[in-house]
Formats: sequence, structure tokens, C-alpha cells
Amino acid sequence: MSNLRTALYDAHRTRNARMVPFAGWDMPVQYAGIIDEHKAVRSAVGMFDVSHMARFSFAGEGAEELLEKVFTNAVGTMKDFQVRYGLVCNEDGGTLDDVLIYRWPYGYAMVANGSNRIKIFDWLTKHAGSDVQIQDQTLATTMIAVQGPKSTEAVTGLFEHDVTKLKYFFAQPTRYRGQDCVVGRCGYTGEDGFEIMLGNVLGPTLWNDLLAKGVVPCGLGARDTLRLEAAMPLYGHELTEKIDPLQAGLDWAVKLSKPFIGRDSLASANEAAAHRPKRIGLELEGTRAAREGCTLLADESTPVGVVTSGSYAPWLEKSIAMGMVGPNYTAPGTKLLVDIRGTAVPATVVPLPFYKRAK
Amino acid sequence: MDLNALRYAASHEWAKLDADLVTVGITKFAVEQLTEPTFLDLPKVGQTVKPGQEVGVIESVKSTSGINSPVAGVVVAINTSLVDDPATKRRGNLALVNDDPHGAGWMFQVQLAPGATLDHLLTKDQYDQQIAGH
Repeated sequence: MSNLRTALYDAHRTRNARMVPFAGWDMPVQYAGIIDEHKAVRSAVGMFDVSHMARFSFAGEGAEELLEKVFTNAVGTMKDFQVRYGLVCNEDGGTLDDVLIYRWPYGYAMVANGSNRIKIFDWLTKHAGSDVQIQDQTLATTMIAVQGPKSTEAVTGLFEHDVTKLKYFFAQPTRYRGQDCVVGRCGYTGEDGFEIMLGNVLGPTLWNDLLAKGVVPCGLGARDTLRLEAAMPLYGHELTEKIDPLQAGLDWAVKLSKPFIGRDSLASANEAAAHRPKRIGLELEGTRAAREGCTLLADESTPVGVVTSGSYAPWLEKSIAMGMVGPNYTAPGTKLLVDIRGTAVPATVVPLPFYKRAK
Repeated sequence: MDLNALRYAASHEWAKLDADLVTVGITKFAVEQLTEPTFLDLPKVGQTVKPGQEVGVIESVKSTSGINSPVAGVVVAINTSLVDDPATKRRGNLALVNDDPHGAGWMFQVQLAPGATLDHLLTKDQYDQQIAGH
């Protein structure tokens, strides 16, 4: 089966992006180079084609009830135009996905991971009553993330509304060249930025408008190293059906005080929190990267955990990793070893995030 | 550097013979596939090596690849400018591998074992055929 292509596929190929299969799509992993793209986002502004992310819209009387039931964070307390992060869990508390919910005066929208699009759509449909209509808008729309300290300059003048006035984690339905679109102030890089969703027809035009403003095109490679420095979990790594949101350190996005699917399992797990493995951050000696699956050891012969993501960090210029370890090894300052292809590389547990932008 | 004068391993190392001394690096194609190197581990001087034996590691942000010795012999030198020097805390200049993989980015030198040759390695034409289509 061939991969899906975003509306920006030709724009990527024209600029010699290296394309890779990702979540069933052909996506650019890099243009000129991951390190330069990463630094462009930290120091100026870059953009990403994130059209592979799943975009669902919800209408009908039952929309709020459905979302409140499947989402670990609170939906009812959201203001109109607010965006909220949370998890979708199964009955056991295992993580099915991490998603953003957008609240509109007329309904809701959700952005989920591309790799989970079908799974989440089926999950939502299964739990929806007859009074809610769910639409998968992914294939008809383009999504571009503009990220970096100069992202406000980059989006200025492009939209009917002044989106630079948006507060973080709020969104604005507006128009681009006369066509409806949505601009949210959020992202997955640890920088200020915007995520723009619009119909496919004008996707390449917006991409080119942003290029003309000097925005650096970036691939999924830089997106991954940026989110790692910002210690944001990536589904399939720090979050899986076997790793629940509390173990991943996402307590702030789990409202145990309200009912939702998986709530009871998570509440009991939370009582045993002191005895469960948890997500930690690690700084390694040297620049060698720990990769997903590397064993974490307390000493040469005592495995205590596993690396979930690791890389050379282009902005911090050191080797960093996240992993899951047993409860006795989570304190910052704890010395561990990472087994990298048979070599035990010393590492220290550090507080997360590795990188935080100056306010 | 005359690329036609080099011999190549299918695993993307090049080898240059001068008398019985073989200089080894990785090809421009390998560097382009790898993208910017972020870490390099080279063999130890004095180490005995065999063709196809993994003697080093090169990493980029996205990938980790082994570096194999293309020939049999003993490692007699490594390109110290590429690797970190813990004594002086000097960081290795991995940009040399990126910028000049067939020249200043060379990695190590092997004294050929008695009777060993480069005959099993690919010619430039054969190597180009292998990487065609990528």
C-alpha cells in the first residue's frame, strides 16, 4: 500500500527534502540538515508540515459529553477558543494517544497523532452517542506549525485577524486569502509558535508565503530533537498502551476528580505511585546518543530501566535521553549507566525539561 | 583525491593503498545518508583488524552506524583531529568528515597483514553501481 501524501509533498520535493515513510505518510525528515533546522527554530523561526496529524471535528449536543468521557483533562471548564492538552486512555489507564482539544462556541475539534488516526477515530465513534457527529478532516486539510521566537513576525499580516494577540493555548478561526482557516498558538518544540489548519487548496500557497518571509522549512527530524529538548512525550516512546500518563509525569493533564475512561485504574495506580517506574531525564557523558531500547543500569550488572528517546541535542550540544526507571532511581543527581551497544556510558538523572525558553 | 584510485567496501568505507599502508574513511555517499556526524568512535592504535570487522561507530542525530575495517592488518594511526581529546577537553572536529570525507576526514590507517590485499574490495565503478538509485 502506498503512503499518503500531504498537499505540501511537491513543495518538499522541490526543495530536495529527504522523504521518509512516517505514520502511513511520506513526510520530510530533513531539508538542509537537522542541526541547522533545530537551531533555526530556537534562534529565529522554522516551519513544519504536520498535515499527517489527525484532525477531527465534533458537532451536536453530545460532543462535550463524549469528549469529557474519553479525555483525561477537563473539557467542561474550557473557555471558548481555548486549547487543552490531555490523554485518551483505555479502561486499564494505558495511553491510547495524547491529543489537543479545541473548544469553539459551535463545537469542538481534536488534533491527535497521525500514527493513531484510525485507532482514535474508531475509539471516539465507539463511545459516541447518536447526538454527536464526528468528522475526520485530516485528508482535506493542511496543517503547518510555525515555531520559534520570531514566529509572531512570520505570521503577521497573513490572516484576517491579528493572531499575534492570541494567548498561548488559544486559537482563532480566521481567514487566509479569503478562505476559512484556524490558527492556534501552540506547538511541539518548546518555543512560542502557531499551528495553522486550512483547506488543502491553499496549503502550498501559505507554505510559500511563509518561505518568502524567511521561515526555515524543517523536517520531522528537527521536530523530534526539539520536542526531546523540551521533554515533551512522543506517542510510541514515552506514552504507550503500557505506559500510563501518570508514569509519564503528566499528572497535570489527568483530572482524577472527574469521571473518564481509565480513571479508576489510574486512581488506584496513583495510590501505588511510590512503587512504580517513572519517566526521567538523563544527561550522558560525551556526545554519543542513547537510542530507544537501550538498557539503563544502576551498576554494571543491575538493569533498572530503559531509554524511550535519546539523541544528541543540537541546541544544548550534549547527549540527552528520556527513559523509564524504577522508583529508587528517579531523583535528580542519581548516577546511572546506559548500555549503548555494549558500552556502559555514565549518565546522570536531571530535572525535566532539558530546555525551557526564556519568557 | 582521485576517487578512481580508491577501493570501496559495500558497507561504504573507502581504502587507499600507499605501499603497505591503507588509509580508511567513509564515502561521501555514506556521509550524505548519515547527515551531520555528532559522534565518532575509532579503533585503537595497535588493534588487529579483519575485513568486515566493526572497529568504530559513527552517529548522526538520527542514526548510529558501524565502521568496518575494509582490510586485514594492524591499526597504526587514527585521525586524532576528528575525536575528542579528554586531556585538553578539545572537541573532535567532525565537520571534517562532512566537508571532506575522502581527504581531511580520513579515519584510520592500517598496516596490511602479510599477504593481505585490497583485491576483494569494489572498484569505483562497482561501488557507484551499488549506490545508484539511492
